[in-house]
Amino acid sequence: MTGVRVAGVGLTPFGEHDGRTGRDLFAAAADEALADAGVDRDDVEQLNYGNFMGALAERQGHQAPLMAEAAGLHCPATRYEEACASAGVAVREAVRAVRSGEQDVVLAGGMERMTNLSTARVTESLAVAADELFEVRAGVTFPGAYALMARAYFDQFGGSREDLAHVAAKNHEHALDNEYAQYQRRVTPEDALDAPPIASPLHLYDACPITDGASALVVVSESYAEANDLAAPVRITGTGQGGDRAALQDRAAIPETPAAADAAEMAYDDAGVGPDDVDVAEVHDCFTIAEVLALESLGFYDPGEAVGAARRGETTADGALPVNLSGGLKAKGHPVGATGGSQIAELTRLLRGDHPNSDAVADATVGLTHNAGGTVASAVVHVLEVAR
Amino acid sequence: MTSDPVPGADDGYDEWADALVEEGFYLECPNEHGSLPPRRVCPECGSDSLSEVPLPVRGEIVTFSQVHVAPPDFADNTPYVTAIAEFGPVRLTGIVRGLDAEEVTVGTRVETDVAQNGTTGKRLVVFRPRQ
Ligand SMILES: [Zn+2]
Repeated sequence: MTGVRVAGVGLTPFGEHDGRTGRDLFAAAADEALADAGVDRDDVEQLNYGNFMGALAERQGHQAPLMAEAAGLHCPATRYEEACASAGVAVREAVRAVRSGEQDVVLAGGMERMTNLSTARVTESLAVAADELFEVRAGVTFPGAYALMARAYFDQFGGSREDLAHVAAKNHEHALDNEYAQYQRRVTPEDALDAPPIASPLHLYDACPITDGASALVVVSESYAEANDLAAPVRITGTGQGGDRAALQDRAAIPETPAAADAAEMAYDDAGVGPDDVDVAEVHDCFTIAEVLALESLGFYDPGEAVGAARRGETTADGALPVNLSGGLKAKGHPVGATGGSQIAELTRLLRGDHPNSDAVADATVGLTHNAGGTVASAVVHVLEVAR
Repeated sequence: MTSDPVPGADDGYDEWADALVEEGFYLECPNEHGSLPPRRVCPECGSDSLSEVPLPVRGEIVTFSQVHVAPPDFADNTPYVTAIAEFGPVRLTGIVRGLDAEEVTVGTRVETDVAQNGTTGKRLVVFRPRQ
């Protein structure tokens, strides 16, 4: 089985891109990734593209070949859809394609346009990721579903809105110098506590924003990297995916995400590392409580222990395990179908040393990304390693 | 959008929801796993031998949220309280009626009812207080 490297990464700034089409956004990210990799367009053998709500937001299905065209690629192109984990699974399938020896160069990433819809329409479109019969009809929104998880967590393990406010403040702090982040502005725990409620106990700053953006990665085989003398120090050494019942009501335990635990176990085994080896992580914090659930599922904390991690300073830039140095979905933005790719792009830059927050993890050799779909009915975890 | 009619989407579900007004039911497999229709096999063990069993009359709220930002289908109702309640071996998700938001807690005892979503005309699972 051949090794896999990330040869190059590309992102658009995340935020509102009025008047730009999805094709334009993805083409820009792909262009940046190819230039970063120093890989010729003609060498790309496959496009793995993540997108969730394009048929609703831009009235455009069958987006993958359109995106290949926009990026100037002449190769088979497939769209992967796994709600908010769409790009994560697109990258995972790219890794598998390269490992199998079938492909040497795959472009993987994703794109989402959301700000061209009203907030109510976005809320409705995101709710499509929940169970239509048993959740959507009962008024469960995406924030509402995470609110149900947060309330159940507080009830079972303790923790408070104040703990969650520290997660928000931390991730906003991390985004201050990230030029790709939607919000490069400080939010204090007090700001978060005082913000208007969205779905109790979650308030405005517990939620990620509505965002446009694209991500792209050039994923190559070890042999291609060597033959072409690429500077590609970051390897993807582990990949895993887990699944669970779609509706929260059908889960064994509401404040736990076993799909992420399964994905992590698979990725750790694949890479031959464990949670104690991880130096830095990008996790799916679509809501502040989601970061807490992720840290527990990934084995960094026991159930009930991660809610105070940000408040105790353990997951801040100067903590023992910096989490979401990009700003996370919370401050960086969450263009749903692009997010999983952007996490790996940010982590690659962090490990390579060319991210504004790289200094915080100058000695890091092992990083992890966690990308979740819906209320974690699906989850994708990747382990990235760099030689020091 | 979600309010568009999707032929067949309600098959099995409507009958189940209608029954909640009087005596609700859930599905049980020979291994005593509980689930809700429409369903061809038990999601736990794959058994296709599913029978209808009466739903316990009284349930208990296990988690809830007061929703302030709603999709268009619920725009007229905000804020509203959505909850997951446990009825024996199954859990249902519904909207709480007959209690102020401040009165709802984890452990609140409820019974099921069915209302109509005024916007979509679709059935809406409702929880009402019950001692
Ligand atoms: Zn069964």
